[in-house]
Amino acid sequence: MKHPGMINKVYNISDEIFNWSEENFKKAAVIIKKYPDSRQQSAVIPLLDLAQRQNSGWLSKTAIEKVAENLSMSYIRVLEVATFYSMFNLEPVGENFVQICRTTPCWLRGSDKLVDIAKEVSNTKLGETSNDKKFTIVEVECLGACCNAPMVQINDDYYEDLDEDNFKKILTDLKQSKKITKGSQIGRQTSHPQREKNA
Amino acid sequence: MLREEDKIFKNLYGFDDWSLTGAKSRGVWSNTKEIIEKGSDFIVEEIKSSQLRGRGGAGFPAGLKWSFMPKDSGKPHYLVVNADESEPGTCKDREIMRNDPHLLLEGCLIAGFAIHANTCYIYIRGEYYDEASNLQKAIDEAYENNLIGQNACGTNWNYDIYLHRGAGAYICGEETALLESLEGKKGQPRLKPPFPAGAGLYGCPTTVTNVETIAVAPTIIRKGASWFSSLGRENNTGSKIFSISGHVNNPCNVEEEMGIGLKELIENHAGGVIGGWDNLLAVIPGGASVPLIPKSICDTVKMDFDSLKEVQSGLGTAAVIVMNKSTDIVDAICRLSHFYKHESCGQCTPCREGTGWMFRMMEKMVKGSAQVNDIDKLLDVSKQVEGHTICALGDAAAWPIQGLMRHFRPEVERRIKKYRFGEVA
Repeated sequence: MKHPGMINKVYNISDEIFNWSEENFKKAAVIIKKYPDSRQQSAVIPLLDLAQRQNSGWLSKTAIEKVAENLSMSYIRVLEVATFYSMFNLEPVGENFVQICRTTPCWLRGSDKLVDIAKEVSNTKLGETSNDKKFTIVEVECLGACCNAPMVQINDDYYEDLDEDNFKKILTDLKQSKKITKGSQIGRQTSHPQREKNA
Repeated sequence: MLREEDKIFKNLYGFDDWSLTGAKSRGVWSNTKEIIEKGSDFIVEEIKSSQLRGRGGAGFPAGLKWSFMPKDSGKPHYLVVNADESEPGTCKDREIMRNDPHLLLEGCLIAGFAIHANTCYIYIRGEYYDEASNLQKAIDEAYENNLIGQNACGTNWNYDIYLHRGAGAYICGEETALLESLEGKKGQPRLKPPFPAGAGLYGCPTTVTNVETIAVAPTIIRKGASWFSSLGRENNTGSKIFSISGHVNNPCNVEEEMGIGLKELIENHAGGVIGGWDNLLAVIPGGASVPLIPKSICDTVKMDFDSLKEVQSGLGTAAVIVMNKSTDIVDAICRLSHFYKHESCGQCTPCREGTGWMFRMMEKMVKGSAQVNDIDKLLDVSKQVEGHTICALGDAAAWPIQGLMRHFRPEVERRIKKYRFGEVA
């Protein structure tokens, strides 16, 4: 199921045509080879993911059609996969796709405050994209980094051990297109019990 | 306390090098050929006698599961590793995959050989991008060094390992939903039987196993089943990675012996409950799907499958979610109800409709705007969802609510009265 606020139907931009880039076309061929002959349908999730990456973070109707064509699947079979899984965006998203974990372990450690900060800095609502197209903010279910709660995922990377201050800084830096560091924001080594490095 | 030399995951936190060189220095891939030459029956028997129980939540004996695979089916066999770690509270497999991927790969080869498979798919959750990238690099290294591929480790056994990334669906952690997803469909669980060992991936015999179960296998065989079963207690043997999250001073993943006391676990490894042990309210001991236990039980309970079952909870994935007295316990469970509503695949009516209904009722319970007899109605509905669905997601959605009402019903009633009549003494 899509995250609250994200649409779950095909968004149509009429004159847009999706074609694989040369590099991704090769990658797609490698992916399809992972599966036995005549089982190429297995590659539908990886191919949709590849198409989404090429198409700046979302899947257009023509991209879905392209994947269907590549895998000799009917369009509806690919569409039902694209609508079932939460990681496929069916509408354009901002440059930074911010997913804030809301499930109990993160909530216990203050994920609600992160939502407020994200709304404030990006000046947008949950499930929406900011006017400057910098941010799309969504609340998502458990991302599986509970020992580093609260955490958010921005595009591919996890930002962990957040609090109001460091999360605000991350978002402000992103707004100004500055580089940010992924992982624990308090310098902790993965999920080691010691919270401070060299402490 | 688990002794340092008994730890299986020597690079759990990633202080050491995760690549092949680092892994070899920790003893991974050291005598894989010898192990495989002892034969598949030996491996399965050894795992059986170690009494290793699956680490993915259900706790099914791993050796027994492997022995269900037919010997000569005439079809290709598959090993599918379930790395779709999405149970709230659980983040152990992530550490294995990014900090010790070769341990997993060696396990894949040994387990795959034991079940007569030549192909292994590792289904990793899509959100784990870094973990997938480390694992892929490790797979490439293993191919380059001929540890897997044609004539893997010089054993005349051909073995391919492929990484498959999912796309964000909790339900794909259920084994048959995972297989559907791997076949390129919506992740909706299949009716069982047939079980995957008979007809799994592409209709062929398949074993689906959790990352941690596979990753401990090589060490068990290397050190011997009796070493593993000497840890913990009968039927609950070995060591296990515990993920401790929530209201503790130092949330962490830690490998400990099965059957360690919950209090000892939290105090020794996670720096204790925030505000001290007396400030503890309740603990969810095994990931979101198991019922919570109040402090009175936490004082003495031991962390293993059977001990937690006795207190009407479960070890699940050993994800300990700690809640202290500052927690709005009803809201905490309501959030889990929202989780299940969101993650229900929509296949079975009791779950699709029930999870939404239970969430909306829980929302009322949080505010107190329900009626007192709604509590019994909610429990009744949860009983109607439980056990009436194809997979266990329906049960998992019902249990946290049942656990809440079992131990915190007075608090829920107090809220309802407060909402209607104002604060009463």
